[in-house]
Amino acid sequence: MMDYSNGGNEGPSLPLDRYRVVDFGTAWAGPMAGQLLADLGAQVIKVESKERMDGLRLGRPIVGDDLAGGDRGLWPELQPVFHGINRNKLGITLNLKSEDGLDLVRQLLAQSDVALNNYSPGVLERLGLDYPELRKIRPDIILVSMPALGETGPLRDVLAYAPIIQALSGLMSLVGYSEEEQLVGELQAPWSDVVAAIHASLAAVAALRHRNLTGEGQFIEVAQLEATTSMLGEAFLDYQMTGRIPTPRGNFDTAYVPHNNYPCADADRWVAISVKDNADWAAFVLAMDNPEWCEEDRFSDLRARLENVEELDAHVSAWTRQHTALQITEMLQNVGVAAMPVMNIEDQFLDPHLQEREAYLEVEHPHVGVEWLYGMPWLLGATPGGIRAPAPLMGQHNQEILGDLVGLSQDRMEQFSANQVIY
Amino acid sequence: MVIEENGSQPATSRGPLEGIRVIEWGSLVSAPFCGKVLGELGADVIKIEAPGTGDEARQRGPFPDNTPHPERSGLYLFANLNKRGISLDPHTGEGHRLLQELLSTADVFLENLPLDTVEDLGLEYHTLAQDYPGLVATSISPYGRTGPYRAYKGTDLTANAMSGLSFGTGHPHREPLTTPLHQASYLAGVGAAFATVVALLSRDLGGRGQSVDVAEAQVIGTLLTGYHLPTYIYRGVAGFRSGNRMRLGLFPNCVLPCKDGYICIDAPQMEQYRRFLDLLGEQEWMEDPRYRDRRAMSDQYPEEAESLIAPWFMQHTKQEVLDACLQNRIPCVPVRTFDETLRDPQLNSRDYFRSLDRPDTMRLTYPGAPYRFSRTGARLVRPAPTLGQHNREVFCDELGLSADALLNLEQAGIV
Repeated sequence: MMDYSNGGNEGPSLPLDRYRVVDFGTAWAGPMAGQLLADLGAQVIKVESKERMDGLRLGRPIVGDDLAGGDRGLWPELQPVFHGINRNKLGITLNLKSEDGLDLVRQLLAQSDVALNNYSPGVLERLGLDYPELRKIRPDIILVSMPALGETGPLRDVLAYAPIIQALSGLMSLVGYSEEEQLVGELQAPWSDVVAAIHASLAAVAALRHRNLTGEGQFIEVAQLEATTSMLGEAFLDYQMTGRIPTPRGNFDTAYVPHNNYPCADADRWVAISVKDNADWAAFVLAMDNPEWCEEDRFSDLRARLENVEELDAHVSAWTRQHTALQITEMLQNVGVAAMPVMNIEDQFLDPHLQEREAYLEVEHPHVGVEWLYGMPWLLGATPGGIRAPAPLMGQHNQEILGDLVGLSQDRMEQFSANQVIY
Repeated sequence: MVIEENGSQPATSRGPLEGIRVIEWGSLVSAPFCGKVLGELGADVIKIEAPGTGDEARQRGPFPDNTPHPERSGLYLFANLNKRGISLDPHTGEGHRLLQELLSTADVFLENLPLDTVEDLGLEYHTLAQDYPGLVATSISPYGRTGPYRAYKGTDLTANAMSGLSFGTGHPHREPLTTPLHQASYLAGVGAAFATVVALLSRDLGGRGQSVDVAEAQVIGTLLTGYHLPTYIYRGVAGFRSGNRMRLGLFPNCVLPCKDGYICIDAPQMEQYRRFLDLLGEQEWMEDPRYRDRRAMSDQYPEEAESLIAPWFMQHTKQEVLDACLQNRIPCVPVRTFDETLRDPQLNSRDYFRSLDRPDTMRLTYPGAPYRFSRTGARLVRPAPTLGQHNREVFCDELGLSADALLNLEQAGIV
């Protein structure tokens, strides 16, 4: 172990700044893995082309239909969702359907530490960029592939977006109010993409540590379905231990009661309340100003409260409806009971706690102007990283990467542009 | 789990984090799952539990036959794979000294303790940094260790509430739904593992240790719901629930009943939708312009649009839907229940699940590690520790306590 007692050298404020990553990702899962590395300083080079543009550049315009810029060809530069997931990256445009484009990307990979992709199974092989080939170019490269269901297996060709993966993992079968009602299923966020992205970036930095110690690179496969399923062990054990197939139970939890999102004074405003044990319950009752119903036998202990949870929730709702979510939160937190408003994005954006932790940050984009993006998900005390640059425009860094780094002359650059290799 | 690399050398180590020692003092899900993930990647994770009672997760189910037993909690068994366990009470003088000895051997201190415990025992980063300058101190909490709510109490439910994910999940006229199975805590655990390894890389390249502060609500509030911010800023849409369909998408993007359960269809590309219509066979409504505007079908009259495709699903089983959609390249699959996922041919063909024996329970099958490393492995090898299982190994063999000293500590309730 190193000796840090006399302080050593201060590390860089961007802890990953000596690593170069080539990001072949498209849409969510792949590009977000690149983003997590770029946020902490890695030089992440996003490879696109007009032949194969990142799908997120083509989504529904949010900046306003009138501003969608279709006529001026600007639409692909006006997608705020793309700007979030691709901030801090450099962008180059190489047509990988051309031999010259593939040759240039190989030259770039020869100077890179990590390559990331979420291609469908078989695409890397078709491009000649699979691990055995990459190793010839760069023996210690770390290649991370994020296929949806895996590179192998009978269902590997299922076309999969996040909800499809959530459906196959089992997670979706638990999103709902009760077994009797029609399943809700959908979480309103690309859950599986984000789960896979974090696992993939974790695998990449762990492999970098191994490479730094041994000089060995490697190939890592992170199937999005397996990443999603890896966080659901409780339900698999439940089934094996009890023989009961887990079903949706709303916000019910056997260890807490009350435990729900309760309605507040204004329309569609809710507060989450989570009461754990008898001490919590006593504090909760006190905060409600000792209503008579709390003295009834059917609410006398945890077991009784669990058995009569519907009646209990009705009583609690009658109280919460008289106040705002913030008022309830303060009343309960003052006596040490877990509570929090059920926030929408407006609440999150305006929340003083999330503001102090810089959950949302202003970024200047050349075509959109000032734009708000989500900030860092985790705070590293000495090397925090952050947003240093907006998402790249199509081909914005071709000169910097293909000219200066790969070493193409101006003539060659122009020739490749004319031939739709740099495209 | 180890893939042989094109027939060349097999894995060369226990995992890419071999040689890293983690001291974990935490309970329930977030910090324990982070420890489980680091252990799976090869770190030596030593879990501290309270003598006598242990991790609170031991009191939670699921339990075999619904009979509570501290060594049989499914939650505990899952979140504590791949680590060693000791019992220790750092609130006592001698216990605190032993914790300090452990920390002096460690690369990472991982906790999700209540803030007052952290403060009472001098476990804040600025205090730890004085004695252990190389230590990475990773803290996971519902809302984070800075900011006005840092001392607020929280659970997975309230973290999900703050994250923005609950607000959008469920039916418009009903209460918002939290994520099932403590997912905010699990996700924060994996995120904390990533941030911790980055901090270790930084340290290895000449830096010092540092604090890593992970808030469950913020991981989701940035990476998962942060993308709603532009919709709010440009369109004034703060959020809404849309039940069984993804909002602001293109029809069809929903969960619907079929003959023997539910299916999920999400076919944003026009050619996918066309292939789906071909599968349904020619029908009169398909010619109606009202059913060609897929954005309006999703946003303005989704129930009506879904009623047109629902009958086909009701005539088919999950398996029939999967077979037809796989063959016709349509993104549509069954919503699997957990018994089905456990038998899933895809996962099983890849040898994904792992079965482990452990005293006190029957042989249990766990979801495996989600990474396949060609060189370094990432494996599920060790079942969760019984309470204090590795006391002798850690306190005597590694810290050098005599057997008598350990016995005295045990009798004093410190170990």
